[in-house]
Amino acid sequence: MRGKVHKYDRDNIDTDVIIPGPYLKIHDHKELAKHAMEGIDPKFPEKVSQGDFVVAGSNFGCGSSREHAPIALSQTGIKAILAPSFARIFYRNAVDGGYLLPIEVDEATFKNISDKDELEIDLGKNRITNISKNNTYSIKPFPELIAKIVEAGGLVHFRPDSA
Amino acid sequence: MGAICFKRESLLTTGMTITEKILARASGKQKVSPDDVIFAKVDTVMMHDVSGPGVIKVFSEWEKKGLKMDHIWNPDRVWVTEDHFVPAADRVSADNIIALSNFTKKFGIKKHFKYGLGQYGICHTLSHEEAMVLPGEVYVGGDSHTNTTGAMGAFAAGLGHTDVAYVLMNGQIWFKVPETMLFKIEGSKPDYVMAKDIILQIIGDIGTDGANYKSMQFSGSVVKNLEMEERLTLTNMTTEAGAKNGIIDPDETTYAYLRERTDAKYSPVTGDPDAEYSEIFNYEIEKIEPTVAKPFSPGNITVARELQGTELDKAYIGSCTGAKLEDLREAAKILKGKRVKIRTEVLPAAQSIYMKALREGLITIFMEAGAVVGPPTCGACCGAHMGVLGKGEICVSTTNRNFPGRMGHVESQTYLASPLVVAASALTGKITDPRDVKTN
Repeated sequence: MRGKVHKYDRDNIDTDVIIPGPYLKIHDHKELAKHAMEGIDPKFPEKVSQGDFVVAGSNFGCGSSREHAPIALSQTGIKAILAPSFARIFYRNAVDGGYLLPIEVDEATFKNISDKDELEIDLGKNRITNISKNNTYSIKPFPELIAKIVEAGGLVHFRPDSA
Repeated sequence: MGAICFKRESLLTTGMTITEKILARASGKQKVSPDDVIFAKVDTVMMHDVSGPGVIKVFSEWEKKGLKMDHIWNPDRVWVTEDHFVPAADRVSADNIIALSNFTKKFGIKKHFKYGLGQYGICHTLSHEEAMVLPGEVYVGGDSHTNTTGAMGAFAAGLGHTDVAYVLMNGQIWFKVPETMLFKIEGSKPDYVMAKDIILQIIGDIGTDGANYKSMQFSGSVVKNLEMEERLTLTNMTTEAGAKNGIIDPDETTYAYLRERTDAKYSPVTGDPDAEYSEIFNYEIEKIEPTVAKPFSPGNITVARELQGTELDKAYIGSCTGAKLEDLREAAKILKGKRVKIRTEVLPAAQSIYMKALREGLITIFMEAGAVVGPPTCGACCGAHMGVLGKGEICVSTTNRNFPGRMGHVESQTYLASPLVVAASALTGKITDPRDVKTN
């Protein structure tokens, strides 16, 4: 995966800013994408190119269970979110729905990556290469079950006994 | 801070917490420990008019991917309510309700609480009011505040649309067994202090990610003496600390509450005396005062008296957190025979609670005070409709979240507090400690 970074240097980016409440009644994925990150950066959908990444502070996606949040982000073209930690429901929605990857990075990595940096993410090697800064970072590997679900493209074809 | 925290020396213990015991039983294991990944059999699953249409969308996507989606695991284990956008806020919301009704009809789901057709209300209120969830069960729902119902002694956790769809098809779902943080609240509860003040204090102390991925369990003499509805306020807001679930060992209060509502049989479990907790927090209730969370985080707390004089535009008494019968009774004590100074809205959390409040004369008290009493709905709590905030407006609210734009315009502000603080503030138009208001 290779793409450009959209960095939001704050913790606790909640689901109400990722996709505000009035849009919860919308279930058309493309329509949701028009409002991704509206509570923090209304121009976000225009800025994103296919394959880009969001880099954000701790506890990304806290708040509601709305699956609209990872859907809206992924429909803009975002392939992964890099943050020091994620709220639990956002994390499992992103993985189980197969929308995008929540990738845990340490604080130093979070600080080192800048807005608009070009990154290459190699999940097989648990490594991020920052092409703009000529730097590499390691990423925390997915737990075993999560890795299996990611590989399966989400829960859709995943059977409980394959855990 | 009223908390004293220490790590328990845990090497020699073998017991399980209530959360671990429920998850062990549901996954067919003798014992589970924190960080084990299990598939748990689900007893009950819930969806509403936001998560339901999301689940329907997942069903259609899965059908396109070749899965046979013509029946579900067990229609009797599924229940549905209409709460977020009722009364239908617009044509899209109306269409979502139709889609939900078609879905429950198609799959034979009989427990569908419909707006305008007898009992209905906010999912987390019906879950206890209608005894939809019983002690010892695994309960999942398409809403983050599903944690609420853990106060009944169940493992209750919120999930997204894909996970709920998965449960509908398979009757089970994966969980990482959480560590349990134990909050012991002791002492004799002062007047005017409610469960809302306790949980705001705790979130303020541990932070909005302080319980991320973990279980929050409540015990101690104060919790023992709390009414069921007040216990539900504690577990409701565990979501605001990031917790996977909130839980309380069931006891005679739980069983008595259930006896009034159901004759269903259940097998409760309680934690072992030698269960292992990741952390134990001791609170002395006498040190907790009426508390308020300032914008824009439920963890941004201070005591109500510190904010005395903060001008307000609106007072909101609503939601699963703050419009149960006990909440309405407390607010009515303050409002009785008085007039509100700012726009005040009261939305009982379920039809049955509305009717009980009506019979007790609470609705008359609210209306004579000048408040509007509206139908049960999540409504403005999540900024959906029915009284959202405009640009720059400031609200004091019995709800559970105050993120930017949560109740309306992104430049509006919400202060979270107990029904007593909200009612007292409605009378003065400023944030007010209920101890500073004379009651009639």
